[in-house]
Amino acid sequence: MRSSIKSSFKLAAACVFTLGAFGASHAIAAEKVTLGVAIPTATHGFTGGIVYWANQAKRELEAANPGLKVIVKTAGSTPEQANQVQDLLVVNKINALVLLPLESSSLTQPATQVKKKGVYVTVVDRGLSSPAAQDAYVAGDNTAFGRLPAEYLAKRLNGKGNIVVLRGMPSTIDNERTAAFNDEIKKTPNIKVLDAKYGNWNRDDAFKVMQDYLTRFKQIDAVWAADDDMAIGVLKAIEQAKRTDIKEVFGGAGAKFAVKKIIDGDKLVQADVSYSPKFIYDAIKMTANARLKGESLPAKTIIPSVLITRENAKQFYFPASPY
Amino acid sequence: MQPTPTTKPAFSIAGLQHLKGIGPVLALVLLCIAGALLNPDFATIDNMMNVLTRTAFIGIIAVGMTFVIVSGGIDLSVGSMAALIAGSMIVAMNALAMSADPPSPVAIIALGIALALAFGAVFGVAHGLLVSRGRIEPFIVTLGTLGLFRAVLTWLADGGALSLDFNLSEAYGPVYYQSMLGVPIPVWIFALVALAGVVILNRTAYGQHVQAIGSNEQVARYAAIRVDRVKVLTYLLLGLCVAIATILYVPRLGSATPTTGILWELEAIAAVVVGGTSLKGGSGRVMGTVIGAILLSVIGNILNLTSIISVHLNPAVQGVVIIAVAYMQRGRR
Repeated sequence: MRSSIKSSFKLAAACVFTLGAFGASHAIAAEKVTLGVAIPTATHGFTGGIVYWANQAKRELEAANPGLKVIVKTAGSTPEQANQVQDLLVVNKINALVLLPLESSSLTQPATQVKKKGVYVTVVDRGLSSPAAQDAYVAGDNTAFGRLPAEYLAKRLNGKGNIVVLRGMPSTIDNERTAAFNDEIKKTPNIKVLDAKYGNWNRDDAFKVMQDYLTRFKQIDAVWAADDDMAIGVLKAIEQAKRTDIKEVFGGAGAKFAVKKIIDGDKLVQADVSYSPKFIYDAIKMTANARLKGESLPAKTIIPSVLITRENAKQFYFPASPY
Repeated sequence: MQPTPTTKPAFSIAGLQHLKGIGPVLALVLLCIAGALLNPDFATIDNMMNVLTRTAFIGIIAVGMTFVIVSGGIDLSVGSMAALIAGSMIVAMNALAMSADPPSPVAIIALGIALALAFGAVFGVAHGLLVSRGRIEPFIVTLGTLGLFRAVLTWLADGGALSLDFNLSEAYGPVYYQSMLGVPIPVWIFALVALAGVVILNRTAYGQHVQAIGSNEQVARYAAIRVDRVKVLTYLLLGLCVAIATILYVPRLGSATPTTGILWELEAIAAVVVGGTSLKGGSGRVMGTVIGAILLSVIGNILNLTSIISVHLNPAVQGVVIIAVAYMQRGRR
């Protein structure tokens, strides 16, 4: 893990100061920025995308800015990530950190320690327990992730029908999305949510859950699979059962294969909602560019989740990304 | 392995086997009655076939696992191994399909299947040699390969998913989805593997040697059993079982991801133990394992077909049933 050995240049001590409301850029030409990026390892499609986009940002930024060094670390567990954050500070002498915490509460303390040492901390996706531990927060829009499919499905079914729901893993993100979906779908009283079971953001588990839904419910009009990986399992189960009552399978996150289906005019997958791992790329770029100029980021940046349909799908299709 | 203080060799208590077998069967019957009462759709042929088909992967692996556990070993890597074999198969088959002069889809699939079996055999032999000749605890060997196999797959997939070429996927799909005489192909294969397992464990000298080693390795050595060879063979058998399961798994979704086969090892081990095989080794029953595997997936199926309890508590139900079934077999080791 301690692979990158830093040359011993001294960092300008006064690199951390925030900008006034006027936004005049106090560009310090020789400012060196060493940016640490701590993200989860690629354990499934989404985190695979995170790693891909983080490295993409590193390549582009380092090519464009000779004074900038970006160090990407991936962790498989919370303690590992906490150690990495510490190493980034002590060994790599970072002065900016972009952190996608594996878990909010356990990473709050390590992030606070780093911030106290004068490092600029941008937290991505999952907020820390205490906002004081971060300088900036960049996240996707989990509410829209649940609300947009509900709006879309209500319209798609003309306000009437049966929906089954697959949930991810028991977690805050999943709860937020599900709550937003339920709040929105309730506005259409003739739409009934038959059941919502966990598919663990996993294709195989989603396949089983959907098989059992199909056994149990004779009339299903739409499926909110809540994730593009789960949608794959759902589609296979429907295909196997040869059921024709289902009109739409709505995934989520905008994985490339799902966006491809929308572009190709699939019968069951006609829309999706974006929640791209690309936000790590945006967060790294925003942080690096701001720090190079000595500026700070807005306290909270929400990367909006938008509805992907055939009209705008091309904008969301990144064939080179693993996700 | 510590020599276990048994007073008589395990393979002489075959007479007790009928008695021992009742626990899991009884639990399965009770569960099925409960399932049918809770939701009449449970007792349909379609649902039964769904459950048996999805049990096939874990079931086939668990049959192989029975041999390893009876011999006193363990294999934690089977889920990762299945994922890696699936990924390698897909990569190789896609490469063949993309080549300048591609063979017919059937030939590509046949090659993919052969490759899967070869990989399973090689991984199994590697485990066996590390455990027997290398004298490393099987827990550690397979814990190591658990991480290794999955990491290689994740690397192959670049963290994302490996998907089988569309045309190949269409041609290969029937291996999972097709039925013969109304019974899906994976269920047939599961039955054949289970039958082979029963015959090998109970009706061959090799099966007796496996049980003898698990019962008391020192005594087995003195009895001129070639312990190392028998052990390597148990891991080889398991590797082949994992390969067979993977061959059935790939056509289902036509893809492998870093979450493929996650925790399969625990499900397989649970099926073996719930089926009445002692983790200490020495004796075990393949049919018990089969019942155990079916039992575990029936629980999940019933929970999906009903909404009596909070979804958060689903794993708790499975936990309670596992402990309850184990309780029914207590003291009969």
